[in-house]
Amino acid sequence: MGNWFERQRNIIDFTLSSLVRRKGKNLALLLVYTLLVFLLASVMFFTHALRKEASLVLQGAPEMVVQRMAAGRHELVPRRYLGMIKGIKGVSGARGRLWGYYFDPVMSANYTMVVPEDHPLGAGSISIGQGISRSRLARVGDFIPFRRYDGTPMVLTVREVLTTGSELVSSDLILVSEGDFRKLFGMAPDLYTDIVLSVRNAKEVATAAQKVQKLLPDTRPIMKSEILRTYDTIFDWRSGIIVVILSSAVLAFIIFAWDKASGLSAEERKEIGILKAIGWETSDVLLMKFWEGAAVSLSSFLAGVLFAYIHVFFTPVMLFEPVLKGWSTLYPSFKLVPFISPYQVAMLFFLTVVPYTVATIVPSWRAATIDPDSVMRS
Amino acid sequence: MFYPCIANNALYKMRKSTLFFMSIAVQSVLLLGAFTHAAYQRGRDASILGETVALVKRLDLTDLCLFTEARYTRHPTQADLHSPFQDHPMSLEHFPSGSLLAPRKGIGYR
Repeated sequence: MGNWFERQRNIIDFTLSSLVRRKGKNLALLLVYTLLVFLLASVMFFTHALRKEASLVLQGAPEMVVQRMAAGRHELVPRRYLGMIKGIKGVSGARGRLWGYYFDPVMSANYTMVVPEDHPLGAGSISIGQGISRSRLARVGDFIPFRRYDGTPMVLTVREVLTTGSELVSSDLILVSEGDFRKLFGMAPDLYTDIVLSVRNAKEVATAAQKVQKLLPDTRPIMKSEILRTYDTIFDWRSGIIVVILSSAVLAFIIFAWDKASGLSAEERKEIGILKAIGWETSDVLLMKFWEGAAVSLSSFLAGVLFAYIHVFFTPVMLFEPVLKGWSTLYPSFKLVPFISPYQVAMLFFLTVVPYTVATIVPSWRAATIDPDSVMRS
Repeated sequence: MFYPCIANNALYKMRKSTLFFMSIAVQSVLLLGAFTHAAYQRGRDASILGETVALVKRLDLTDLCLFTEARYTRHPTQADLHSPFQDHPMSLEHFPSGSLLAPRKGIGYR
C-alpha cells in the first residue's frame, strides 16, 4: 500500500513538473476550464435557487384567480360576477382584487399598485416597496405626486416602506386604499381588476375552475398549481437566454475537449517516447496522463464551483444583473437563499470533469502504445 | 542570485504532489464550507421567507417582482401567451426580459 501510494506521488510529482514546464499553455487551459465551470455552475445555482424560492414564497398565492377576457384582453370584472362566483358550491370565499400598473414619467418606471383587503393606513397614505423607495429617494413621511386618469395631480403620503426581506415580491409595489385607487384610475365602484377565490376542499379546485368557466364563459380561471408551475418552468434550462449561455458554454467545452482528444502536441508525443525509451510502461504513461487530467479538471472544477457560489449568493449576481434588468428602471436588489444540493454539484462534476479526463486519456493511450523510436523521430 | 527567504521556505521545499493534495484538500474544505454556509443561511432566512409568504397571502400576490419593464414579464402568470405580440398586428416581442422567460405550460390554452 505504501509502495503504491509512493508510486502515485512520484508520478504526480513528475506530471506536475511536466505541466509547469508548459506553464503558459496550461495556465490558459486552467483559466478557460475554471471559467466554463463557473459559468455553468452560476446558471445552475441561480436558476435553482430562484425556482426554489418562488415555489416556497408563492405557496401563499391565492387558490384561484378569475380574470374576465374581452377581445383577447383582460377586462375589468363587474361586481355581480363576484356574487355569482360566491354562489358556486365548494367555493368558501371570494373577493374582488384591485390592482394595476402606474407608469411614473419622472423615473420612467412601472409601479404595481395594489389595494390590500385591509389597508391599515387609510386614505391619502401609501406603503411602498424598497425598489421605489430607493429610486425615488422616498422615506416615511415623504409625499409622492401621482397623475390621475384625468390629468389632475394627486399627492399621497408614504407611511410605510416594505421590508428588504420581501423585496423579491414587493420591490415595485405601492399599497393604496380602495378609494385612492379608484380616484387615481377613474374606476367605477362596481368594477374589480379580477377575483380571487378559495375553495373548501383543495382537491376540488379544478372542478371549481370548470364550474366558474361554465357559469361565466368570458372568464379565465388561473389556479395556484398553474402559478407554481409557471415559475417552475420559467427558468428552466430550455428557456431563452439560459439555453444560449448553456449551449455556448457546452459547445466551448466540446471544442476544448475535442482539441485534447484529437491528439497530443509534438512535444508531448516526444516526451512520451522518451519516457517509454527509458523504461516507463504504457500503464505508467496512462497513469501520468490520468493525473494530468485529474489535476487540471479537479482544480478548475473546485475553483469554478466556489467562485460561482460566491458570485450567486454573496454578490448581486453581477454577471446576470444587466441581462435580468433589461430595460427596467426598477429592479429588486434581492439576496437569494442558497438552495444548493450535492446532486447539482455531482451533476456538474459528471458534465465537466469526467469527459475531460477521458478526453486526455484516449490520445495518450494511442501515443503510449506506439514504438518510442518512431515517436521520437517523428 | 540567491534568495534565502525562498530557499528556506517550507513551501519551496515541499514536494509538488504534497502541494497538489493540499490545494485540493483546501478547495474541498471550502466546498464543504459552502454547503455548511448554505444550510446555516437557509435556517437564518427561514423567518424572512415566512414573512414574505405572509405578505403574499395578505396581498393575494401571484408573481415575483423580477422584471418590471412589461406587464407580461412583471406578472407572467397573469398574462396570456399572446400578450407580447398583441400591441398591434405584426407586433414583435421586443422587451429584453421577454427572451428570458420560457413560454409556460397549461395557462392560456383554455
